[in-house]
Order: sequence, then C-alpha cells, then structure tokens
Amino acid sequence: MTPTSIALDVNGERVEALVLPRLNLADFLREHLHLTGTHVGCEHGVCGACTVRVNGEIVRACLMLAVQADGGAVETIEGLSDSGEVTDLQDAFRNRNALQCGYCTPGMLIAAQDLLKQNIDPSREQIREHLSGNYCRCTGYQAIIDAVESTAQSRRGRL
Amino acid sequence: MKAAAFAYARAKSVDDALQLLAAHGDRAKVLSGGQSLMPAMNLRLISPELIVDIGGISELQGIVVQGDILSIGALTRHVDIQRSAEIAAYAPLLAEAIAYVAHPAIRNRGTLGGSLAHADPAAELPACVLALDATIVVHGAGGQRRVAAVDFFQGIFQTALSAEELLVAVELPIARKGGFHYFHEFARRHGDYAIAGLAAHADIKAGVFAELRPVFFAVGDRPLLARAADRLINVAVTPKLLSEVSGAVGDALNPQDDQQASASMRRHLAQVLFRRCVATMLDRPELARGTA
Repeated sequence: MTPTSIALDVNGERVEALVLPRLNLADFLREHLHLTGTHVGCEHGVCGACTVRVNGEIVRACLMLAVQADGGAVETIEGLSDSGEVTDLQDAFRNRNALQCGYCTPGMLIAAQDLLKQNIDPSREQIREHLSGNYCRCTGYQAIIDAVESTAQSRRGRL
Repeated sequence: MKAAAFAYARAKSVDDALQLLAAHGDRAKVLSGGQSLMPAMNLRLISPELIVDIGGISELQGIVVQGDILSIGALTRHVDIQRSAEIAAYAPLLAEAIAYVAHPAIRNRGTLGGSLAHADPAAELPACVLALDATIVVHGAGGQRRVAAVDFFQGIFQTALSAEELLVAVELPIARKGGFHYFHEFARRHGDYAIAGLAAHADIKAGVFAELRPVFFAVGDRPLLARAADRLINVAVTPKLLSEVSGAVGDALNPQDDQQASASMRRHLAQVLFRRCVATMLDRPELARGTA
C-alpha cells in the first residue's frame, strides 16, 4: 500500500506526485490538482461524467488508476476550455439549452469533441451512438444532439 | 464508492507477472485495461491485496497472421480490433461484434484478453471466440498451454485459468472463402449488456451448411454453443426443419430471470436470433418470416 511516484503531463503542464495505488485518475485530478471540472458520478464506468483524454483518446477517469497514467498526457475539460478547442461547442451547448444542471456537461463536451475530431459530418444516429456512454438526467438528450450537429455544421462551413 | 487499498506492481514481462502471480496466488488480480476489474473494485465486489498491472508488457501486444492462424495479443484493445485491417479481413465476426461492446471511452481501454479472462456471460467477445473455435494461449509456471475456447469458459466469471496463470494470446483460424458470420444482440440501449445475443460462424457450400457454430450469450452462465443446430448441416434447410431445430435450440437453453427479462423472454429472443441468423447466412429471407 506504499505510495508510488508518478510523473505525467496534465493539460500541457508537467506534474509529479506521490499517490496511493487505489487512487483513481478522476480523484487525482480533482483532489490533488484541484481540477474539479472532471466530475465523478457513478464511479463504475456507466455515466461518463468523468470522461477525460489520455494520450489523445477519451477514457473513463474513474476506471483508470492514477498510477496507470504515469508517463502519459492527460487533458481535462479545463485544458480543452483554456486552449479554445471546444469554445464553439460550448457556445452551441449554451445556445441550444443543451445543459441544465451541468453535471454531465464536461464529459459530454469531451466525448462530442472526440467524435467531431474523427468525423466532420456525423449523422444524428452517429452522434447518439458516440454519446451513448454519457448520461444526462436533465435535457432528454435532443438539445445535446442538436448542439453537436450544429457545431459540426458550422465547423464544416469554416473549412 | 472507491476501491479498497491494495499494493501495486507493474510487471515488466510475462515472466515477471508469472512470478508475482506465483507468489501471491488468488490474493492477486491481473489488471489489463481495467474496464471490468475497476468497476468491481470500486463497488467493493472484490478487494485484491495486490494488483499486477500487465498494461506495459509489449510481448502481449500485436495482431499477427502466421499461416492460417490469426494470433491476437491479450493486450489488444477493443479499439485496436475495430481499426485492424487484419481482423476485418480474417476475423470479420470480431470486427462486427466489437461495435456492440460498451462505448468509445471503454473501448479505448478494454482489452480482448481482459474480456476473455473476466468471462462475463453477457459479454460479446467470449461468444465470438467460441463461435470461431479459437484457442486460448495461457502461460504458467510450467510453461505454455493451449485451451480450446469450448473448454475455457466454465461458468459465471469462471475460466480454465488458474490464479497463477496469465492469458497471453488468442489464436483464430483465419476466415476462408465460403465462410460466413452473423452477429446480433438485443439490449435496452446501445452499449448496454445484452438481454440475449448470438455470434455465429458458418461454412456454406452451394446453399448448404458445411459447418455451423451459433453461440448464444447472456442466456446462460457462459457462452453456449448450440449443438442442436448441427441438424442443419449438410441438408437442405426447409421452414419446417428450421422450426424444429429452433425449438430444440431453445429447449437446450436454461436462461436466467432478472430485472431485464424473464427466462421465457430470453428463450424467445434467442430463437428469434437463431432463425434470423440462419436466414441471413443462407440469404433466404423467407426463413426468418414470423420472427419479427
């Protein structure tokens, strides 16, 4: 149960820490680094609120140990917001009322951005499928699909 | 909830992992992608004393074609299966089934070896490797052994692996001309565990089954090869024969009741899947009629 030292990049900054093996990545980000945009919902990989990017790919931060992120590059909603990467997507969520309580929103944004990076013209069905692992208890999803669809449209218009 | 405290060791090689497992036995648990183990630990369904992290062992990576065998390393992630040209060409059943496994964020971490060693009876990949008559390659202190998929899955979360062994690879006979596959599952939502599912492989010559391996999942304590379907081999399939065989296939199942579905609903869905599978593979839509 001895603490293990880890070194990783978080939102482009080098982070070194001593962590217990049982600490998951979501709790490491929230409690050690105070990056509280990564939300913790179900803690067993069902709800998607803790979605972050590790080495460029989305993962569940509650299903990954902090020690497994050693040597990796983690990006959270704070990083994606500050870099401006998802600014248009965030605007679309606001304009379409695609959030109410906001608890699922960081995970939704990261999962939606993951889809839009892979597919510039997703169908509503493809959007639904890519977000199928992210729960929203407020909106009924339609507005979220609308926001992702309209972001894809406006990004295509800028090509 | 959070996982209980445990000690952590990062295995550098298969030998290193085997030494750790030999020393700690069933007090240790192997961590691969963690997409089944971590939920179980967070829910405190299990609390291992030691986690042996095999995620960095490069010899467990890779998809290789050797002669007529497709060998897939245990650490191959679901997303790697989805993107692999070799798997699309030589094991198209796996390529089709993988899209039904959970969600993108899970598929980026979950591994083939992890899914097989976990042996959830509702999981897609164990059923696929059984349909494809795969061989599971296992390393232990005494060396390597090969286990046929039909002997590997032994019950709910139970396999032929001992606590001191490591699943290192899966070997599949590569798909040949005349080979067909079918995959479908019924689930409440996309990515959920199936209520009933079917993965099948067949060889068809001139409209007749030369081989047929339909494997049900989520309707028993393990993936189940429907041996009653052998009656469809080397005969002209008529609606009457299919109806009889479908009945026998359903009778051989002993599905569980739970909050998702009753046993009789599961048996009904399994029979619907079976008739659709046969009709689709033989390209005779009339055989699936009445199964809406």
